[in-house]
Amino acid sequence: MATIAAPVAQRGLLARPTEPTGLWSWLTTVDAKRIGILYGTSAFIFFLIGGLEALMMRSQLAVPNNTLVAPGTFNALFTMHGTTMIFLVVMPMGAAFFNYIVPLQLGARDVAFPRLNAFSYWVFLAGAVLMHLAFVVQTVPDMGWFAYANLTERAFSPNNAVDFWIIGLQVLGVASLAAGFNFLVTIINLRAPGMSLMRLPLFCWTTMITSILMVLAFPVITVALIQLMFDRLFGTNFFNTAANADPILWQHLFWVFAHPEVYILILPAMGIVSEVLPVFSGKPLFGYPFMVYAVASIAFLSFTVWAHHMFVTGLGPVATSFFAASTMLIAVPTGIKIFNWLSTAYGGALRLNTAALMAFGFVGMFTIGGLSGIMHASPPVDTQQHDTYFIVAHFHYVLFGGSMFGLMAGIYYWFPKVTGRLLDEAIGKVHFWLMFIGFNVTFGPMHFLGIDGMPRRIYTYPTGMGWDLWNLVATIGAFTIALSVLAFMVNAFKSLRSGEIAGPDPWDGRTLEWSVSSPPPHYNFAEIPVAAGRDAFWLQKYPTSGGHGTAVAAAHGDGSGHNAEHGEHVHVHLPDPSYWPLAAGGAIFLAGLGVLFYLPLIPVGLFLVIVSVVAWSLEPVNG
Amino acid sequence: MRMRRGLWLLLGLFVVLALAGCAREISGVVQFAADAPDAPQTTVFPLSDTGRRVQTLYELIFWMALVVFVGVEGALLYILVRFRRPAGGVASQTHGNTRLEIAWTVIPAVILLIIAVPTIETIFSEDAPSASASENQIRVEVTGHQWWWEFRYPELGADVVTANEFHLPVGRTAFITMTSADVIHSFWIPKMTGKMDAIPTRVNHIWFTAQQTGEYYGQCVQFCGTEHADMRLRLFVDTPQDFDAWVRRQSQGAQAPVTSTVGLAAVGARVFQSGACPGCHTIRGTPAQGKVGPDLTHVGSRTTIASGVLTNNLENLTRWVTDAQAVKPEAKMPTLGCEANTGTGPPTTCITRSDVDAVVAYLRTLQ
Repeated sequence: MATIAAPVAQRGLLARPTEPTGLWSWLTTVDAKRIGILYGTSAFIFFLIGGLEALMMRSQLAVPNNTLVAPGTFNALFTMHGTTMIFLVVMPMGAAFFNYIVPLQLGARDVAFPRLNAFSYWVFLAGAVLMHLAFVVQTVPDMGWFAYANLTERAFSPNNAVDFWIIGLQVLGVASLAAGFNFLVTIINLRAPGMSLMRLPLFCWTTMITSILMVLAFPVITVALIQLMFDRLFGTNFFNTAANADPILWQHLFWVFAHPEVYILILPAMGIVSEVLPVFSGKPLFGYPFMVYAVASIAFLSFTVWAHHMFVTGLGPVATSFFAASTMLIAVPTGIKIFNWLSTAYGGALRLNTAALMAFGFVGMFTIGGLSGIMHASPPVDTQQHDTYFIVAHFHYVLFGGSMFGLMAGIYYWFPKVTGRLLDEAIGKVHFWLMFIGFNVTFGPMHFLGIDGMPRRIYTYPTGMGWDLWNLVATIGAFTIALSVLAFMVNAFKSLRSGEIAGPDPWDGRTLEWSVSSPPPHYNFAEIPVAAGRDAFWLQKYPTSGGHGTAVAAAHGDGSGHNAEHGEHVHVHLPDPSYWPLAAGGAIFLAGLGVLFYLPLIPVGLFLVIVSVVAWSLEPVNG
Repeated sequence: MRMRRGLWLLLGLFVVLALAGCAREISGVVQFAADAPDAPQTTVFPLSDTGRRVQTLYELIFWMALVVFVGVEGALLYILVRFRRPAGGVASQTHGNTRLEIAWTVIPAVILLIIAVPTIETIFSEDAPSASASENQIRVEVTGHQWWWEFRYPELGADVVTANEFHLPVGRTAFITMTSADVIHSFWIPKMTGKMDAIPTRVNHIWFTAQQTGEYYGQCVQFCGTEHADMRLRLFVDTPQDFDAWVRRQSQGAQAPVTSTVGLAAVGARVFQSGACPGCHTIRGTPAQGKVGPDLTHVGSRTTIASGVLTNNLENLTRWVTDAQAVKPEAKMPTLGCEANTGTGPPTTCITRSDVDAVVAYLRTLQ
């Protein structure tokens, strides 16, 4: 093991924490790997909450004229289900992988701004908790995750349910912005020697592009949320139609943010699949440059298509035509990705373990979501499909069949790296098949419901509409998905305790995270590796395999996963833990509470944010 | 091997399920049995000119998407079966093929172009009716309310006002404008044509020419608050003669209670006028001129009440007048009856069972 300089305890007001283990070590950690675990665990807890909300909705809709769930409760359920799954599940699961995997893939020891990274997590948690306080005081947001004006004005939503959503999302936005800047800088600046941009693992590429999207998209929703908050708290008229405000303004602001947000949700999963498929096909990713260009152009186009969510608001034929064309254009780079993934597997030696099945499931299901997307990219067709269950089916094929299957592939793929133990393959297969079948049984029939004219967001429906059968089937599917989640939890629990020891490189991996032990030492690399080409670790292991890239210093690591041993006498300087990211997050939480319950708390919270940031910049460096 | 059989089995199952599930949708696509649909809000049996144009476009895209679907999923399944190597093995390290990749950039682009051209053509033709269609058109003004619909016919006189159910003559182009009195709603009758949002401060429009008489279902499709699910509507497409007769009836004020129900209905009229009802409802030809709720001048002639939620009969009308909050929580219509035992319970100043019966009898005379 490398000798890590023993922390020299500093005394004084700003002394940094030194506990190596225990609760305080987690609360003050700035280690990206630990922050990744925090993100992942939190996201999974919220996944269970969002899933329960979905099960309650499906139970209510199982039969016509059901009275299991009251109308207001149902509206709260779909509002919180959408908000939770997007902001508290898929995004933080992506962030978990960014934190844990990206520095390892880059050959870096941490992210560019470790304390900012910890700050991102604590602010994320603050936002999530603020939003869920709504359940404690029983005024749960019930206006939909899109919060269309002017339903959100005091006149139509008099209690403070909407405020929980506003302040929760606002605080989550701060976390996303901080994380976006951090990973953008990390990937630009902390790449190992030799790792040019066109040698970056594709997951790092999608992380970088996702970071750019977060940095550009979140300011828009920040502005919109401030306007809405001022309307509700201080009586401004940004969206007040009684004062002749145009409620469509909100929709423009919201979707300029929320369409790129869709790609923030899917790009990390695409990156994961682009890592998993090559490894289990025993081939490099097919058409790497095209994949990179496709990701970049998807991200660019994502800012030009927002009004396709507004085709039935009366945009006029010219604007409608423009947004139809730009939306269809996005199918081209998406198609390239699908075909290149298929070509990656074609001619390969496929090992169909759970991670690979999840990744192939992604390709198959995401294709369906893409094709239904083409249908409502055509505005006249969308006038029949908009706000029906066809749309619900479409975006679940993208966000569940796509994002969730991709993230699950990532979990099965990197679980051994994080824990040192393999997930059980037999339970894994059960998990996959239950999830795959349950998913299709739930969301497949929703296409038919939509075509048969069932609107979204209705808490009940009468008999005789032709919707009874498929609603019941969808509900059965939803409970099948719940079973699959149980199977996963059993698997994770069992494997954590007694799973097969993974070793550093259980999959014959291609990227640098597999060159270090599992779990990696907290300094990641004793010696910074050198990337001789794409698939840097593969080239270390098999220098003659004819990879792309020059063979500079290909044998820098010993290639057998024992890189760490070289660091016997190396002094590795790592960032010290810190109290202040947690303190700043707590202060923001306090300000958020102020917005919800007692306005004078806002300046107190903001003052404490400033105190924390000042202390943060003045605290000493140990060692 | 077991795995491979499982995969094929699953594929087979999926195909069978998909075909079974799509039966109605596929038959919609090929437009057969167009007059015998069993889903009153189906989007694939349009019975208007604009609706059919949308349908043509949908069919074009549907079939193209289906071809791509079969191609991609077929390739995926083939690859999974053909290249599966449980024992591992070595694969050739292919990095890409520029020519292939250019091909699958260009081909989808061409397919999209094939979709884009008729799409944009349809966008413009859906926006405004042709000159010939607009000559003889009938205008309807729709206003969305939480949670009911108001319909006016500006060309037929200020007195033709109705709620939740409206009529159109077959074969005549309807130019429908929509706005909202409160939050954003969306007006949709799937078997006529696509939806359009009803937005406060704005006026949007759609147009279509109904091609077949009958009763058509619709409902609000933009989430608009607690009772969004119960904001339904009906369109009756009549023969020109029936439509004219309907317009004549609607243009008249309320008839004073006559015939055998005169006693009870006359009491009901008094209860109605002296109670809280006129604060919200209009009955033309009487002092009741409220604008908050639906115009009740001809409520007895409608087939449903509470915005398409209940069939308009004695029992349901009694239930609605007694305890509206139990039927439709948070609707603006309050619970009125002293006998309300569900919902929010009886109000402090309630009306007795006999008064409810009288009001209901009165409302039922408003044909």
